[in-house]
Amino acid sequence: MKKIRIRVERVYEVPLWLRIVIPIIAILVALSIVAIIFLIQGINPIIAYAEIFHDAFLTTYGIKFNVVKLIPLLLCSLGLSVAFKANVWNIGAEGQLLMGAIAATWIALFKLKGYPSYIVIPAMYVLGFIFGALWALIPALLKAKFEVNEIITTLMMNYIAMKLVLFLIYGPWRGTTTWKYPITDEFPAEAQLPLIPGTLIHWPSLLIALILVPVIYLFLKKTKIGYEISVFGLNPNAARYAGINKTKVLVIVMLISGGLAGIAGVGEVAGIHHRLRYPSSISSGYGYTAIITTWLAKLNPLLLLPTTFFFGGLLVGGDVIKIDLRLPSSVVYLFNGLILTSLVSSDILLRYRIRLLVVGEEDDKCHS
Amino acid sequence: MTNVIAKQIALFINISIKAGTPLLLASLGEIYAERSGILNLGLEGIMLVGAVTGFILAHSTGNPLIGIIVSLLAGALMGLMHAFVCVTLRANQVVAGLALVMIGTGLSSLLGRSYVGVALEKPLRPLKIPVLSEIPILGEGFFYHDILIYTSYVLVPLLWFILYKTKVGIQIRAVGENPAAADSMGVNVYLIRYACTIFGGSLAGLAGAYISLAYTPMWMEGITVGKGWIALALVIFAMWDPLRAVLGAYLFGTTDVLQYWLQMPLQRRGIDPSILGTLPYIATIIALLIGSFERIRKRIGAPASLGKPYVRGE
Repeated sequence: MKKIRIRVERVYEVPLWLRIVIPIIAILVALSIVAIIFLIQGINPIIAYAEIFHDAFLTTYGIKFNVVKLIPLLLCSLGLSVAFKANVWNIGAEGQLLMGAIAATWIALFKLKGYPSYIVIPAMYVLGFIFGALWALIPALLKAKFEVNEIITTLMMNYIAMKLVLFLIYGPWRGTTTWKYPITDEFPAEAQLPLIPGTLIHWPSLLIALILVPVIYLFLKKTKIGYEISVFGLNPNAARYAGINKTKVLVIVMLISGGLAGIAGVGEVAGIHHRLRYPSSISSGYGYTAIITTWLAKLNPLLLLPTTFFFGGLLVGGDVIKIDLRLPSSVVYLFNGLILTSLVSSDILLRYRIRLLVVGEEDDKCHS
Repeated sequence: MTNVIAKQIALFINISIKAGTPLLLASLGEIYAERSGILNLGLEGIMLVGAVTGFILAHSTGNPLIGIIVSLLAGALMGLMHAFVCVTLRANQVVAGLALVMIGTGLSSLLGRSYVGVALEKPLRPLKIPVLSEIPILGEGFFYHDILIYTSYVLVPLLWFILYKTKVGIQIRAVGENPAAADSMGVNVYLIRYACTIFGGSLAGLAGAYISLAYTPMWMEGITVGKGWIALALVIFAMWDPLRAVLGAYLFGTTDVLQYWLQMPLQRRGIDPSILGTLPYIATIIALLIGSFERIRKRIGAPASLGKPYVRGE
């Protein structure tokens, strides 16, 4: 009697086309699952998807907004690709972004009010980087010195940053001209980032992000510290024997990733909102979405351009379904989560090969 | 005077327990999952789904018990999904857990979209336990609660006993420490990991139900406000021991009470009390730090195979 046996084998080299096709299939699978959930909920998935993808990717209007969302995503993801390379799970980009927003507001409304823009704008970016970096430094030091799990601490720091923003806009920074609304006064014109005409694209932030793409790529690939980060990420014990300083690696990756998220926060308040306001209005979860874009890009800064563009589009789509289908905008997290699950699950197809073997009964006994 | 103080202490204990219970339930389940070697960072997402499904059912049937059962099942289902992704598909558990949080966030806001701001008419009511609730101070503090809190009272010693004193408990711990050795002893590694992760998910669902049916009986997006993450911290603080988890959970619960108590004094000094919202999160970081000192001192670590997929012969 012949029997079919399933054998799973470890695969070490995967052809390029598979590495491209499998993630795409994974995304399609996730989108189909969302479609089913939509159907069960009485929402027509075809209409929903047509709205999302048409508006976000096929209209100039949508693409303009897409780029607006790409800016913070790209900045956060660039930072995360450095942290993740060291196997340091910085889940705190969201909070680090908010700290950058706080820094920009402080410069714009209090510290450098009345100064010309060529002083105010660089100062906002610099202080935004510093605030974000320092916010990330706390979990970095706790992990380096006391082995405290950075996933939870970075996440807790998100909540603290969020509450801090709320405290500021309800308390000391509440605007004098805002009819008691919990928002700050508007930034003076000198502290507002220039836009590409006809869009909300604050090009200085976009420029910073685009310049950083090759910079971070080369930093990770070609510098000594970049090499140390990779070794540490692959095997912390081996790194220790190779004389790589753990604290140094942790501090550097967290300063970079926190700082870049901070810059993203500067861009959001100085480029778009021109004031500090509710945390959920400043960031539509860029810090969390950046985890997916970074993972999808396999921590490669160059691949972040397509992934952040795609997820920027999904965020635009989230706004579209909010307005057109009256769904809560956080429904977009369902897309994000299922895509991420699907991607991380599909990894097994890149690491293992499933083979169906037809064997005789005798043969079978030999194997078992 | 002493009467007033006694009343305050009783209230302090009572509220601390209420605030600590969702943390306790979720972390008890996570202790089992992690003891078996599966890290489930998705608690926050599971709690949200548990909270929303429980709320919807309790709201539409008028019976909170049905809500509780449904959130238990919803949590178990999400646990099953995590187990499938992590055990069978051997995926990266950190990423899979984060994804689960996102799924829970999105799914709960989708399911609850027409219930936002709706209050539950028949929330879980506290029941006085006869005799015990007559004890001065402690009676009102410990024995004037709803059924989910009493369930947690029973679960703590039970789960502790199973983990440390039974064969199943030994198998769970063995699978989390050294799955290859456990496998060679004939323990079904996959089965135990599946069971523990599903169990952990169902308790997280229950924790969510407690929030939306008893603690703040209503639905709003993100109603768990990070409690799932705090529960994860609590697991580490408790060093994967159910008995220590109780202590930690109620300790965390006190930060909620402190928030109320400090509100007035701050306002009097002209400070906006919203700054107190940071307290539970700062407390979590401090607790993690204390936990890590103690772990280093006592040389107790996480289960050795936590987060590592097991493949026979690899």
